Amino acid sequence: MTAPSTSDRTEETRGDVTYIRTAKDLPPVAIIDRSPITTKHKIVFAIIAVLGAVAWAIIAFFRGETINAVWFVIAAICTYVIGFRFYARLIEMNIVKPRDDNATPAEIFDNGTDYMPTDRRVLFGHHFAAIAGAGPLVGPVLAMQMGYLPGTIWIIIGAVFAGCVQDFLVLSISTRRRGRSLGQMARDELGAIGGAAAIIGVLAIMVILLAVLALVVVGALAESPWGVFSIAMTIPIALFMGLYLRFLRPGRVSEVSLIGVALLLLAVASGGWVAGTEWGTDWFTLSKVTLSWCIIIYGLAASILPVWLLLAPRDYLSTFMKVGTIALLAIGILLARPIMEAPAISSFAGTGTGPVFAGSLFPFLFITIACGALSGFHALISSGTTPKLLEKESQMRLIGYGGMLTESFVAIMALITAAILNQHLYFTMNAPAAQTGATAQTAAEYVNGLGLSGPPITAQEISSAAESVGEESIVSRTGGAPTLAFGMSEVLHSVFGGASLKAFWYHFAIMFEALFILTTVDAGTRVARFMLSDGLSNLGGPLRKLKDPSWRIGAWICSLLVVAGWGSILIMGVTDPLGGINTLFPLFGIANQLLAAIALTVVTVVVIKKGQLKWAWVPGIPLLWDLVVTLTASWQKIFSADPKLGYWKLHSICSAAQEAGKLCSTAKAPGDVEKIVRNTFIQGSLSILFAVLVVIVFIAGVIVAVRAIRGGGSASTEDEAIPSRIFGPSGLITTKAEKEVQKEWDALPKSAAKSVGTGAH
Amino acid sequence: MGRVAEIGRQIGWYWGSLMGDNHYRRYVDHRRRTHPDEPVLSEREYWRMRHNVTEANPHARCC
Repeated sequence: MTAPSTSDRTEETRGDVTYIRTAKDLPPVAIIDRSPITTKHKIVFAIIAVLGAVAWAIIAFFRGETINAVWFVIAAICTYVIGFRFYARLIEMNIVKPRDDNATPAEIFDNGTDYMPTDRRVLFGHHFAAIAGAGPLVGPVLAMQMGYLPGTIWIIIGAVFAGCVQDFLVLSISTRRRGRSLGQMARDELGAIGGAAAIIGVLAIMVILLAVLALVVVGALAESPWGVFSIAMTIPIALFMGLYLRFLRPGRVSEVSLIGVALLLLAVASGGWVAGTEWGTDWFTLSKVTLSWCIIIYGLAASILPVWLLLAPRDYLSTFMKVGTIALLAIGILLARPIMEAPAISSFAGTGTGPVFAGSLFPFLFITIACGALSGFHALISSGTTPKLLEKESQMRLIGYGGMLTESFVAIMALITAAILNQHLYFTMNAPAAQTGATAQTAAEYVNGLGLSGPPITAQEISSAAESVGEESIVSRTGGAPTLAFGMSEVLHSVFGGASLKAFWYHFAIMFEALFILTTVDAGTRVARFMLSDGLSNLGGPLRKLKDPSWRIGAWICSLLVVAGWGSILIMGVTDPLGGINTLFPLFGIANQLLAAIALTVVTVVVIKKGQLKWAWVPGIPLLWDLVVTLTASWQKIFSADPKLGYWKLHSICSAAQEAGKLCSTAKAPGDVEKIVRNTFIQGSLSILFAVLVVIVFIAGVIVAVRAIRGGGSASTEDEAIPSRIFGPSGLITTKAEKEVQKEWDALPKSAAKSVGTGAH
Repeated sequence: MGRVAEIGRQIGWYWGSLMGDNHYRRYVDHRRRTHPDEPVLSEREYWRMRHNVTEANPHARCC
């Protein structure tokens, strides 16, 4: 970055602190604090490091003893603090090199609406609400099949060295490029072919993501009138909120959100009563297929209806619930201090024959955990959305790196809630119906035969567990969400409300997950529609008309195409004789991790192009690890000779069976054989498509990087720096020097340039 | 007592900024400073414009 060319730039150094001004009549806009770490801080960080090491030792090496969940929380938080203070600082100082004397896109294009410098703590909240969703909750629950230890290690270490690094660096390169999106940056950095592959990859991956998230909701709500009723009620509640904000009291967002949450709690509480009545059972007991169609129709409607009517109010509700429930769960775990029931490493980790998802620990554990440790989707938010609100470059560490640490913490809490469940019950809920037989009796026989530790379970115990949460049955409630809800109800009822509230907490948790999955589905459908119409319009000819966003028919057709895309995969999943989650979740994980590979390729190329080859390992190592994991997983899914693992192997077995008029795998009728043949074909083709696209992007990246290393000179794609005229503190806690400068800014008359709406002043 | 009120005000400010209650006030401040001579949208019109912006440029929500 070149220094601002204006002659007004002055630097003044007092002790270890340098103050930079960009205008004579304004206080400093940037502070560079070179104060060495104080002895007090050294001692504090040493204590945190030792405490973290003790917690890790207890988690990893205590065998045959009961381990308290609190140790997981301590190990996670201590590791995060050390990672944030030292590793993120290392990256910041050597790669990112934030320049607070340069204006961010938010300041340059400030319009008081979508571009606006926002207080770092508020933006942290916005960023977290945008990146956190069902992924980090569901992934760790499914990964519990392997035991708690591998999952814990990957969620924490993966976040510190891969996920947070990706989010932080993508945010930094997008901020220096006026907030460009990942797809645009891929095109700029990797050239036309690499860029096109990246854009098609992003769109295809988005579609599979929406399908699998919708599948999780279907798994949680099917045959559960209580759940369906409370989720159905979110639609009229959101519509009411939308109308209230539009016509009655515009701008009273907190007020209407509080009303909405109160109505939501009422809906959850009354759901038990509704499900108990005859008409309630009649109306709201829906099969998986019916429910899928409801979600497809909902998704289409929500993406066509005006934003203010449904999407915006749902978003308020889901932000409110997300932050509130996650805080509640953290408090619940600390107060209840539950004991781990799961083994550290289960027998399925080595054999790869677990019923929840097929494949062994490497690579499928990493694929399954996905979002909690490294999530490619965050790159879509770190580029584009967040830079438009970023006040200062030095705040990117808190928002990018810190935001992902928080998401990793959410994943650890989800892991805890799954690990404290009775293991027989865990597999009862998560094994596909083809194995459990879908009744309490057959499920008990099945899980008792799995060779799990602890006393065997009886059919009676399974039925009473279902009854305790107000459900008819909990057998084969796959998808992770019901298991998480069950674990949450265990934690929360022991702290708040006792056994009588257990069923309420279970349905509260189901509603909370379904609420923000549905918000993701409608927001995601809209975003994918824009990507599709943008991509199609680039093809030229009559399609160019799609460039005009106000052309309603074009928008509707593109929405329909996107919904048809994820809807057909959803229907395929719910009718799959093998149980959709079992076969589709790996595809979701692979898609997400491959998107991370695209993002990390772009970041690594940018780092190399800037001449920072020495530091290319920071994004380069996570990139190579991610590629090894995902391409191994893709390879196994495509070429494995084990029909439980390889899509094409099962496809050929079932095709042969179909021709011979026989049955195959878990098929119970000729129709099932046909479905397996079709589904494995689609899943296998998607696996090939994703892998090929990512390999193209990676090769394009390598070519550009090699050229940059040889030639030394490719033009910087960073936009020209503009001097900043606002100030903002960097970290979560304001330093003494920052406080003094902030006072100078506060003393300015109102008319002077100031960061809009920041601080409670 | 003053300290408690201050902390309460901070929480209220944070929540209002996160959810959007004070976004209109923020917008008015911005317009007054950058375009002091032009009329400012009413709160109702401001939110219509905000939603139109979102309509034209939707934000992704993650998994």
